[in-house]
Amino acid sequence: MSVSVTAGALPPAVALEGIDKSFGPVHANKHIDLAVQPGTIHGIIGENGAGKSTLMNILYGFYQADSGRILVDGRERVIQSPEDAIAAGIGMVHQHFMLVEPFTVLENILLGAEGGWTLQAGAAKAREALLRLERDYSLEVDIDARIADLPVGIQQRVEILKALFRGAHVLILDEPTGVLTPQEADHLFRILESLKEQGRTVIVITHKLREIMAVTDNVSVMRGGEMVAHRPTAETTTEELAELMVGRKVLLRVEKAPARPQAPVLEVEHLEVVDEVGVRRVKDVSFEVRAGEIVGIAGVAGNGQSELLEALSGIRKATSGRVLLHGQPILDAADARAKKLGHVPEDRLRMGLVRGFQAYENAILGYHLLPAYTEHGFLKKRGIIGHCLDWMKNYDVRPVAPLLQGTSFSGGNQQKLVLAREMEHDPDLLLVGQPTRGVDIGAIEFIHKRLIAMRDAGKAILLVSVELDEILSLADRIIVMFDGTITGELSGAEADARRIGMLMAGIREEAAA
Amino acid sequence: MPTKLPPWVNYGLLPLMNLGMAFLVAGLIVVILGESPKAAVDLLVYGAFGYGEAVGYTLFYTTNFIFTGLAVALAFQCGLFNIGGEGQAYIGGLGVGLVGIYLGHWPPPIGIMIGIMAAALFGGIWGFIPGWLQARRGSHTVITTIMLNFIAASIMTYLLVNPLRRAGQQIPESVTFDQRMWLPQLHELFGGLGLVIGRSPLNASLLIALVCCLLYWLFVWKTRAGYAMRVVGKSEPAAVYGGISPAKQIMIAMTLSGALAGMMSLNEVLGAQHRLTLGFTGGYGFVGIAVALMGRGHPVGIILAALLFGALYQGGSELAFDMPRINRDMVVVIQGLVILFAGALEHMFRPWLEARFARPAVPAVA
Repeated sequence: MSVSVTAGALPPAVALEGIDKSFGPVHANKHIDLAVQPGTIHGIIGENGAGKSTLMNILYGFYQADSGRILVDGRERVIQSPEDAIAAGIGMVHQHFMLVEPFTVLENILLGAEGGWTLQAGAAKAREALLRLERDYSLEVDIDARIADLPVGIQQRVEILKALFRGAHVLILDEPTGVLTPQEADHLFRILESLKEQGRTVIVITHKLREIMAVTDNVSVMRGGEMVAHRPTAETTTEELAELMVGRKVLLRVEKAPARPQAPVLEVEHLEVVDEVGVRRVKDVSFEVRAGEIVGIAGVAGNGQSELLEALSGIRKATSGRVLLHGQPILDAADARAKKLGHVPEDRLRMGLVRGFQAYENAILGYHLLPAYTEHGFLKKRGIIGHCLDWMKNYDVRPVAPLLQGTSFSGGNQQKLVLAREMEHDPDLLLVGQPTRGVDIGAIEFIHKRLIAMRDAGKAILLVSVELDEILSLADRIIVMFDGTITGELSGAEADARRIGMLMAGIREEAAA
Repeated sequence: MPTKLPPWVNYGLLPLMNLGMAFLVAGLIVVILGESPKAAVDLLVYGAFGYGEAVGYTLFYTTNFIFTGLAVALAFQCGLFNIGGEGQAYIGGLGVGLVGIYLGHWPPPIGIMIGIMAAALFGGIWGFIPGWLQARRGSHTVITTIMLNFIAASIMTYLLVNPLRRAGQQIPESVTFDQRMWLPQLHELFGGLGLVIGRSPLNASLLIALVCCLLYWLFVWKTRAGYAMRVVGKSEPAAVYGGISPAKQIMIAMTLSGALAGMMSLNEVLGAQHRLTLGFTGGYGFVGIAVALMGRGHPVGIILAALLFGALYQGGSELAFDMPRINRDMVVVIQGLVILFAGALEHMFRPWLEARFARPAVPAVA
């Protein structure tokens, strides 16, 4: 199939007509219409839970729509499984890669397309085809490298290659830049451009407005399971898109007064962390956080920030070095809380909340020994529920239901519950990891305001985030980590995405200059 | 998309459907054997509940299952699979036996009290060992508890064949305890109140078991210690984050679990046999796993599931006695089917039920 670039008269590469899907009483997709023109990059944006992923999973055959039609190149197709989708020329790159880590690139791409019971013939043919694809789309990958040895940016290219190798003319990418440095993201966008130039069609699902504006030709906005708008990207603005996504005006910039840092609260000296398998995750890290300031730690995920945060909060033993809170060493997680350290963990589903616990039980995790919540060893259930109710109201956790299972709340509301728990116990130092990961725009605004208010109340805050925009808008000082070391420190005023991006890639300023 | 079944389906309908399925398959086997399934059911129900003595025996077995069911359920609250109820009960029996043999002449309430404590203590120690091995050495409790069952059996065989065997006889069992050590029989106890129930080995252990159910419920859901244990059971990373030591909780949970299993020996040793015998645990420790699963870890569920298995034990032996084509092994097959459908295939009907009764896990948020 060849599609000329002069689109318009051609039928859409993908058309969804009246797609409807319910999960029990949850109406995830309400009569969705979508037309993606061939040879374009089409963005789909929406908050978490807006139904974007459901829609794409229907197109890729993971779910079947209750009603509606799917047309590919103007012909109706029945897509009941990913195999059907691949046969229809649709490929998908998931947010979490589906690669076998100990296998080589070639072996991963052959998986499911071996072409015979011995690998040799298929492998030779695949090798040739892959080299051609790599040339055509500037997708440089060493096809004999082991996946485990490749950085995430390259792993993503392998996923794209895999889809193209299977004959995908329509490529769906789900949150493709979540794990990339700004430079890697730029490279990805160039790849997408060259795919477009060769006549292929790309659908990008994201919640990052900046990327939508930078790379797409058309954009569709979803909200609450409905398709609320289609726009040519050139004719819209980030403000309009944000408003369409949320359904009301949104403040994209955080308003804050200059920080007034006081005495140091947290002092980290020559901290080293070696993990369970003997890898040095944090290498000779020293810094301090003062009362009344927000220090942001930027970096691509997996460069030691998680281990640093765990060591500071007492969850993980430091191998050497010192962590002092008000001049006192932190012994373990319980001791840290006793010394007024609050911690909003990066992975709230694994650490911050207990699956299967009700909201009020989750509201005292880590604080369950406080006399406010217990009497003679018994939990004061009524009192705890009372506190939980107050916090839910103050932190806008919806629904206000202390007896509901913690994990039944949406991502944003779970995060607000964790935030409420950690802030309401009045910590002097708050460690915050990825505060807005998987959180919708409305809640992001709320969480950011709370963090600023806490700073202005004279508390020290250490913020770890892979969202550069978040670091830039919140932090008064920015520390950049790469491969376990601090590659640079910038004041909030002098920082910009380009300088931080270089540091995140491990290029120190003196070397670059 | 995660969904959640309403409680009446999760706790009521689903177990009943599993049970129905087990009986259906068991009925088919009865038909194949050339007997009438209806007659078999009638006999089984009559044998379990039809007359006072039968009820007494049913409740006697139920008592065993409550103890071992609670033991498995408590470990499960901490995320542990305690397969060692059998060994813990056996060693618990050693504790009771030693008290019975050497302190049997002590005045009644004191001797019995010490016996109860010894059962819990010895069982608790036998549970603590795998707990410690898991917490400090990373040896999985499933493996270690199974192995400790064999060790317990060997120790008991040695003790009953050698030092503890009653002098002048060949049977591997201890002397009969002083009457002052015997737990009161319930038919005597109730008789004193004017209630007539049939003669059976049913004894005060049932009351102790019910008290344990209450304590279990209070501990798990109402105390700070139970909270910490449940956090570890649901999510170890969350426990570490919350400053709760999983290692400590694992050791506490296994010790308490072993103590509950150990107390099963009260029923058999102090309540019925009044002496230490070989293999008195009779597989009750293993059936406790099915009881805990079927009872969903809740004391009321455990009591009901224990009653079911108690009825199967008692009614089943009547069945084997009265129906020539159904022998003792057949009854074990039926019990096995219940375990299979209620335990191993517990989730068989779940997807089907979820499609009908599921409530969304994520409520609509404005």
